[in-house]
Amino acid sequence: MTAAQGDVVQIGNRKSAIRNNNMPLVKVPKPKFMTKLRRFFMADLLQGLRLTLKYNIGAIIDKDSVAGKGIYTEQYPKVRPDVAPRFHGAPRLNMDPETHDTLCIACNLCAIACPEDCIDVLAMDVEITVAGKPRRKKVLDEFIFDTSRCMFCALCQEACPTSCLELTQDFELATYSRAGFVWNREMLEQGRETVKYTR
Amino acid sequence: MHQVEIATTQETLLDSPEMVLNMGPQHPSTHGVLRVILKLDGETVIDLDCDIGYLHRGMEKIAENRMYTMIAPYWDRLDYIAAVSNGLVWVETVEQMMNLPVPRRAHYLRTILTELNRIASHLLWLATHALDIGAVTVLLWALREREEILKIFERQFGARLTCHAWRVGGMPNDAYDGFTEDVQQFVNNFPTRLDEYETVLSENRIWLSRTVGIGVISADEAVAIGLSGPALRGSGVAWDIRKSRPYAAYAEMDFDIPLGENGDTYDRYLVRLEEMRQSRRIVNQALENLPDGPVNAKLPKIVKPPVGDYYHSIEGPKGEIGCYLVSDGTAQPWRVRVRPPSLINLQALKQLCLGHLVADVVAIIGTLDIVLGEIDR
Repeated sequence: MTAAQGDVVQIGNRKSAIRNNNMPLVKVPKPKFMTKLRRFFMADLLQGLRLTLKYNIGAIIDKDSVAGKGIYTEQYPKVRPDVAPRFHGAPRLNMDPETHDTLCIACNLCAIACPEDCIDVLAMDVEITVAGKPRRKKVLDEFIFDTSRCMFCALCQEACPTSCLELTQDFELATYSRAGFVWNREMLEQGRETVKYTR
Repeated sequence: MHQVEIATTQETLLDSPEMVLNMGPQHPSTHGVLRVILKLDGETVIDLDCDIGYLHRGMEKIAENRMYTMIAPYWDRLDYIAAVSNGLVWVETVEQMMNLPVPRRAHYLRTILTELNRIASHLLWLATHALDIGAVTVLLWALREREEILKIFERQFGARLTCHAWRVGGMPNDAYDGFTEDVQQFVNNFPTRLDEYETVLSENRIWLSRTVGIGVISADEAVAIGLSGPALRGSGVAWDIRKSRPYAAYAEMDFDIPLGENGDTYDRYLVRLEEMRQSRRIVNQALENLPDGPVNAKLPKIVKPPVGDYYHSIEGPKGEIGCYLVSDGTAQPWRVRVRPPSLINLQALKQLCLGHLVADVVAIIGTLDIVLGEIDR
């Protein structure tokens, strides 16, 4: 197989020009006597078959010597997975649990932190009176979150100063249309209705 | 563009003319969207050309228009099998350029989690490589162990695959409650599992005949092409950035670098298996000596490295993954250049495949352990 550039070598039953085929030949280690004996009695195959048989039995009785269980497959639609608390899933705008006002102060920090520009914070000014004096205050009007472009990197969650924007454990984000990926304030606050399929 | 000359000289009716065969981009064993144009004589490969770029997303250009802290999630999407290692290159480059002192605990946690990621990446390589060659059982077993690692990632980072694991200056969160127990349990169970893979594969006569002597590359040629990672060490070249230019907490760890002798597919398989054992050793040591303290350095409000350029690289699961960063002193980089190990390892494909059969091309693509997200960027 050590042919130089442009050499003509015999491959099969015809001559063919092979370019740049200067592969070093590998020395296959000569099998020792014990290896030969093991091969003759097919020990290399039988030890593998013994292991797979052990696994087959383990799957039937759901037992394994190492991990303690033999079946690893998650039965997803029937058994919902237990997602970790830090999971970056569907976004949510948290509300004050007592007053049910939004915690968002319309500071726009999440929109600035987002690498993909998928957050739009629309604020409006309202007149309030603080200690008898009229003041203007910026409050949240509408919050647009485009989940189709979201990378779920959680930079917005880290930027939020009031723990309002949060990525939750909800992971089922599929919709029937592209417009369904754009979440408005109502969806972010109330959560989206997910269809739970049961038999 | 990819014109291959075909000599159609048929001397007898039984002779087959030289044939051009397209492999990919939708072929399952090209590990992504790689198109390989094979020139065949019967079943023997006599010429080969790669067509890449199907997964190009312009990540380097995107990075020029983002703040330094925003670029990290894009790095996860290069080599999505080893997102944790990839993220580490970026944050370490920025940190070293700014001379940020990263807390010791963060370094240790980075070491543990990147080594776990190396194991996960090698497990997926073993699974798909064995599947390509025909051993389906190992796929199920290796993915089972990888699942344990991905669960640790989900609990720690909040995502399984593209974790966005690190922030400039440290980590987003400290280790979760029960982190040590989870990692310890995985580390305790893992050697038995590795022995099981070896029982099924290492002595198996089918595995040996498909891997021994296939895709041989000598040490000199491997260095000349610029191979790195297990593909280089399989040829017997001792080059590992964890030893030669230690980053994170690797300087304080005690581990060996496995080397192959022949530089064939079987040696690269043995090197990777041994690397998983060494990774387990590193995780064990780092877990024992895990220091207490904060995991974040004090950061300025806006991350702005000084004017200049910097190159930093780490030993990813597939080889040397590096980042060349040019800063003009603003909040956005002037240029980000990725040194992808997969792209440079892929260049050896032609040399490895010539003279082998079409079925061996599948084995050789598997042994190079390429990820197309990194090649095309």
